[in-house]
Amino acid sequence: MSLTNAIIQEKLVEKFGDQINLFSNEYDILSFEAPAANNLKVIQFLYDELGFTFLTDLCGVNYPDQKGAEIVVVYHLHNFIENIRVRFSVAVPVEKPDVFTASKLFESANWMERETYDFFGVNFIGHANLKRILNVDEMDYFPLRKEFPLEDQTRIDKDDEMFGRG
Amino acid sequence: MEAHHNINLPEGSIEKKTTTLNIGPTHPATHGVFQNIMEIDGERVVSSEQTVGFIHRAFEKLAERRNLYQITPITDRLNYCSSPINNMGWHITCERFLKVETPKRVDYLRIIIMELARISDHLICNSIVGVDTGAYTGFLYVMQYRELIYEIYEEVCGSRLTTNIGRIGGFERNFTNAAFTKLEKFLNEYPKVLKEFESLFTRNRIFMERTQGTGGISAARAMNYGFTGPNLRAAGVDYDVRVANPYSSYQDIDFTVPVGTTGDNYDRFLVRNAEMWQSLSIIKQAYEKVQSFKGAEAEIFHADVPEYYLPKKEDVYNNMEALIWHFKIIMGEVNLPKGQIYSAVEGGNGELGFYLVSDGGRTPFRLHFRRPCFIYYQAYPELITGGMLSDAVVTMSSLNLIAGELDA
Repeated sequence: MSLTNAIIQEKLVEKFGDQINLFSNEYDILSFEAPAANNLKVIQFLYDELGFTFLTDLCGVNYPDQKGAEIVVVYHLHNFIENIRVRFSVAVPVEKPDVFTASKLFESANWMERETYDFFGVNFIGHANLKRILNVDEMDYFPLRKEFPLEDQTRIDKDDEMFGRG
Repeated sequence: MEAHHNINLPEGSIEKKTTTLNIGPTHPATHGVFQNIMEIDGERVVSSEQTVGFIHRAFEKLAERRNLYQITPITDRLNYCSSPINNMGWHITCERFLKVETPKRVDYLRIIIMELARISDHLICNSIVGVDTGAYTGFLYVMQYRELIYEIYEEVCGSRLTTNIGRIGGFERNFTNAAFTKLEKFLNEYPKVLKEFESLFTRNRIFMERTQGTGGISAARAMNYGFTGPNLRAAGVDYDVRVANPYSSYQDIDFTVPVGTTGDNYDRFLVRNAEMWQSLSIIKQAYEKVQSFKGAEAEIFHADVPEYYLPKKEDVYNNMEALIWHFKIIMGEVNLPKGQIYSAVEGGNGELGFYLVSDGGRTPFRLHFRRPCFIYYQAYPELITGGMLSDAVVTMSSLNLIAGELDA
């Protein structure tokens, strides 16, 4: 029996009931969300029961307008045998962005979680070496959060002499 | 005697049984900006820790304020040994997201360019493995064919390394006859060169003894570490995005996916070589398909997407609608649909994925690049621990690490 998005959804609902919600099928990938406290249970279930043994991608997204769920951690998992992907996400408040680490299950999550910590400040509980990876260690903010806009390209207060345009 | 008193050795350094060795960030053996702090016992590696991020340029943040077409030059600078694949991967992501159908001729032209890029990528990687095992000849010899590939890029898009090739919907102009002539020259001459390159290395005893059994990884560990591309296939997993999730009409092309067994440096080398033969065959098939288009069909080089594909200059001057689209595209005044997509292509060193989140604005709300070598470089300490220091150097080059991609 080949695995389809409908079957995955059915099995997840059967196992977790209303703990998992916001199912959607965008561009053929089944997406769903669960409370942050359950993230490892869901990933372990996907790994053991549904054969999602490959963590393709792990990254953060910042939605400043979602109060209490500003930081979202997105997992893309892949089942190589059935050749099907799922997108699983957990949302946490920006004041307390605690998510359990998936690095015990996937070695590949190690650096991807460090990267997510580096850019969004997500605190991965249980991670063995949660420190900055791409940015300098001295940095004291999380640059991919939306509260840090890029420089306004129309600003005119710069001294052109200093930028070789004088 | 006096001089002796001036030497201040750190405490415990006499009793210490191992040596700490710092390699990099700039070192001839790293082929890029990588730092490794290794603990070695004689010449055996006991443990190591990597530092990355030396050329981090915040591409993901930059992309949040750019229109789709302005993000293509960013993707050039990821894996710059095969930038056309990154460009096409980004265009394909956009086209899937905007639900644009590309004409078959565009797909086949893209396949030609992507496979040329794959050949040049593998060529660099394999010949550098040769250099690190002490054979410089192969590297110099194959460079002239990478040059020929770059000349083909030049004919198609005008640039060589950071190509910015193609547009959303197709190519900016049709391929010239010069491009096809150069492609034919490449197809005629390259097999002989690749054959010679192989006979220089594949059964070379020194090369075999240097690479066999070093830097090996099992299929299960490789999957757990998130390996993709030739490195995963060398460990025996036949996962290739071109087959698993075909894009750009790869389903019309007949090719095999070479796999190895041990996942060591030698297998990675063999898999890449075998893939170059496959790429050649793919290019030939795609070129035949391109040639089979006649008349008006042979002039098609882009899809009809007025919102994203710049109109012809003469139309901009003479046609109101084209002028409006031209203005809207250049100023980035086209709103994206709402939604999110993950789309991947088979890059030179693995699955290159684009995770695009849009809130309906003019630029991506969030764009994340799944960079294959960032993910599999984590396994490096496991690959080299217990081995010789000189094998660690070969392992590093055979992983095909590209600093630009790793640090994004």
